[in-house]
Amino acid sequence: MSLVLLIEQVLNGLQSGVMLFLMAAGLTLVFGVMGLINLAHGSLYMVGAFAAAATAAATGSFLLALIASLAAAAAAGAVIELAVIRRLYNRDHLDQVLATFALILIFSEGTRWLFGSFPLFLDVPSYLSGAVTLPFGIQYPLYRLTIIGVGLAVAVALFLLVSRTRLGIRIRAGESDREMIAALGVDISRLYTVVFALGAALAGLAGAMVGAIQSVQVGMGEPVLILAFVVIVIGGIGSIKGALVGSLLVGLTDTLGGFLLPQAFGLFMDASSATSIGSALASMLIYILMAGVLIFRPSGLFGRA
Amino acid sequence: MFLKNLGMAVSALALIAGGVTSAAADNGNVKVGMITTLSGGGAGLGIDVRDGFMLAVNQAGNEMLEVVIEDDQRKPEVAVQLADKMIQSEKVDILTGIIWSNLAMAVVPATTAQGKFYLSPNAGPSPLAGKGCHPNYFNVAWQNDNLHEAAGAYANDAGFGKTFMLAPNYPAGKDALTGYKRLYKGDAAGEVYTKLGQTDYAAEIAQIRASGADSVYFFLPGGMGISFLKQYAGSGVDIPVIGPAFSFDQGILQAVGAAALGVKNTSQWNKDIDNEANAAFVASFQEAYGRLPSLYASQGFDTANLILSAMDKADVKDADAFRAALNEADFDSVRGDFSFGNNQHPIQNIYVREVIKEGDVYTNKIIATGLENHADAYAADCKL
Amino acid sequence: MSRETSLNSVIGLGLLLVPLWAYWADEPFIITLSTKVAILALAGVGLNIALGLGGLVSFGHAAFFGIGGYAMGILAAHAQTYVPLMEWPFLIDGTKSMPIIWLVAMVVSALVAVLIGALSLRTSGVYFIMITLAFAQMLYYFAISWPAYGGEDGLSIYLRNSFPGLNTLVPIQFFGICYALLMIVIAFSARLARSPFGLALAAARQNEERVETVGMRPYNLRLAAFVISAAITGLAGALYADLNRFVSPTMFSWHMSGEIMVFIILGGVARLYGPVAGAALYIMLEHFLGPISEYWQIYLGALLLLVVLFARGGLIGTLAGREVAHD
Repeated sequence: MSLVLLIEQVLNGLQSGVMLFLMAAGLTLVFGVMGLINLAHGSLYMVGAFAAAATAAATGSFLLALIASLAAAAAAGAVIELAVIRRLYNRDHLDQVLATFALILIFSEGTRWLFGSFPLFLDVPSYLSGAVTLPFGIQYPLYRLTIIGVGLAVAVALFLLVSRTRLGIRIRAGESDREMIAALGVDISRLYTVVFALGAALAGLAGAMVGAIQSVQVGMGEPVLILAFVVIVIGGIGSIKGALVGSLLVGLTDTLGGFLLPQAFGLFMDASSATSIGSALASMLIYILMAGVLIFRPSGLFGRA
Repeated sequence: MFLKNLGMAVSALALIAGGVTSAAADNGNVKVGMITTLSGGGAGLGIDVRDGFMLAVNQAGNEMLEVVIEDDQRKPEVAVQLADKMIQSEKVDILTGIIWSNLAMAVVPATTAQGKFYLSPNAGPSPLAGKGCHPNYFNVAWQNDNLHEAAGAYANDAGFGKTFMLAPNYPAGKDALTGYKRLYKGDAAGEVYTKLGQTDYAAEIAQIRASGADSVYFFLPGGMGISFLKQYAGSGVDIPVIGPAFSFDQGILQAVGAAALGVKNTSQWNKDIDNEANAAFVASFQEAYGRLPSLYASQGFDTANLILSAMDKADVKDADAFRAALNEADFDSVRGDFSFGNNQHPIQNIYVREVIKEGDVYTNKIIATGLENHADAYAADCKL
Repeated sequence: MSRETSLNSVIGLGLLLVPLWAYWADEPFIITLSTKVAILALAGVGLNIALGLGGLVSFGHAAFFGIGGYAMGILAAHAQTYVPLMEWPFLIDGTKSMPIIWLVAMVVSALVAVLIGALSLRTSGVYFIMITLAFAQMLYYFAISWPAYGGEDGLSIYLRNSFPGLNTLVPIQFFGICYALLMIVIAFSARLARSPFGLALAAARQNEERVETVGMRPYNLRLAAFVISAAITGLAGALYADLNRFVSPTMFSWHMSGEIMVFIILGGVARLYGPVAGAALYIMLEHFLGPISEYWQIYLGALLLLVVLFARGGLIGTLAGREVAHD
């Protein structure tokens, strides 16, 4: 194993981590401010990807496709917040899990009804395709570098939004004391709709960006949803910083585990059983990580106990 | 390991089911139960099989053939329950339609043991081709290893000697690489099993780049293959790729787009196979459904025609005569003529195709014959 | 008799009479469907002990459902091939006897639940939901990639396991076994809710401090409830595998955990017969909507949404009114 390969894998882990962050940020915001578990967050990711694919097919522009993904996911988010989600804020987690589970069924089959059962086409634009050569002679796809850049930029913007703007002040106030900000005359239900739509838009953007290098199909949101939950639980629910750290941790663990474990087992057993056992263990690794974190820190790394 | 005593189990089940099967209906009528995947992620394949099958049924206009269709949601336990329903309350004579090997393994043994016919339009798991073969089980598509074997043979012909191999970590994935290596004479540059349902292959592509391989063989059905090809095309790695037809079929090729252009893949069918039946099939499928047929649609179409051809010769209630009629495979298959081997799996040509662009549509053209009159490796274990 | 009690008798009797009618009318598939309802209801009754009584929202009960399934699959597979399960340090053979399989399924589920519960119960709220999900996912991926017992393909058992004195391959007899077990477990669960243990557990759900002041540790109470709940769900898993004569990793999937929860919500949380009503409704919807539309899950989702939003207390809550004590 060469150093170059290892660096490339670290970059891959980073890239999958920042995309997870876009998903996890919305989830954790919604939980922090409204106290809501949203299983349908993965559906918003799917909505973003389908909107982007449809727009790209119609206009041929990747930039328009990204804008469409933001708009469509935000709109879908606002609609379900107004119609369903706001009735759930005062319910227990069980009701929230069930209602949003129902939304997954509706979104998945609804999308299939609209777009058919075959995967859609969405590709990286020509100006972002191909590989670039980094220092040490590492060849790395330009598009993946772009993803890392966009993800980090969104993370910075989100931190600024929460710490510097009026909306951010309200969000933080909403996290700590709901009655208080209602008393201060903030229209709390509008704030909730905005926060929910913001989280949805981030998920939609992630869906579109990832959709260009993966398969745009019904059900694509579910594996990511589970990963995003793992992320926010590791990071501490409600904490954006926790979501960022958790995302990178999960992204790196998943990528490097799948790559290193089979090789590590190969040191003391024959190649084919090492591949088999190593791969099996690697697929369980992030859940082991999560269980481990929760055993030592029951509220996650940055959670409030 | 579980097949040793299959025979005993089968005879016991048949004894119990004996009372039910003799509930004869009208002469010559055949009721077919189709269990296939029509909802959820893998629905495209099931829909193609169903559409191909029903096209043949509608073209024949044979009123003695009745078809009931149910959706298995790609869940094995749902498939088992539907099979129970088809046999117990619909009283079908023939079951067909299952797409996935794991679902087939759950349904087929119990179905054949109860004296019903099962005709597989897609899955061909190795246990059912070898020791677990059954007189009432026919495979109309291929044994699972076939397309992979052809790819291995093609790699030899193309002069590749160092292949990097990639498949998901589940039984069909392991069979795929075993199949490839059966006829492939070169070395392995690497052998990687990925997580089932994995969507990001950056880590594997990095390993491919570092491996010094001269070719890449991958079996990643459905969305996994789309993801892999798009990412591979964007990675700057230009080692030639070979795969089985599943990742290059009509249904998903449009979603892969230019990333698939030029890739060689193996299949027993393609729309440019030159025979009358195939030309008529491609034209009528396009007319009926507004899209090009896929491999799966061709298999569904052939399955229906096989049933229709047997109906002309024998009554399904006379199981031995009907079985003999099926075994002749006496119909105009869209893949050209083929015959059934002793294990009732096809002996057929497997072609090498290349992905091309025709107008706006990505599709395949045949560039070579990978294996001629190829039978599967398990037939010798079958005691039929 | 309260309205809920009479409603319970109607549901319990209904589940018995439908398959009897089907037997008379020679509709074996209706019997199979009723058996499925009884088994899934059993899984729900198990989860309801943790969820309804203990307030522990476990999103990972598929883990125990799957363990039960594999207990049956592995034992029966070894019996089918006459290969001993292990030869050292002592010989263990496979078996086709249902009572032994049930016992193994429950004991193994309970042991795993001790482990998962001991770790998970250190957390609460959303963290608990997610850590139980994580453990189930671990088992799911393990089952897929572990080649010895079929991996993703699962395991087929060609003949249903045996129960002394009965022919389990006759649908109505197998239904009888499942129905009897369901009734025994429901009776047990009712007793449990009224026992000092059940009352302490309910008290810990409502007010943790109060339980601590009388010298009981809520953690221990909850762990016990979680383990009992897991054992029952494991038993249901073994029966479900026997119903299908097949077991596969999908029994571990998070959709399965979700489905078991759906039964409870549809029927009514913490209601004795809630899971029975919920499972029956769910199976009927699946059976009748499925053939009508390829997109039947949209309707299922919409219905589920309506129940959660407007019919709190589920089917039984809507029909029987406000919650009353189990009696």
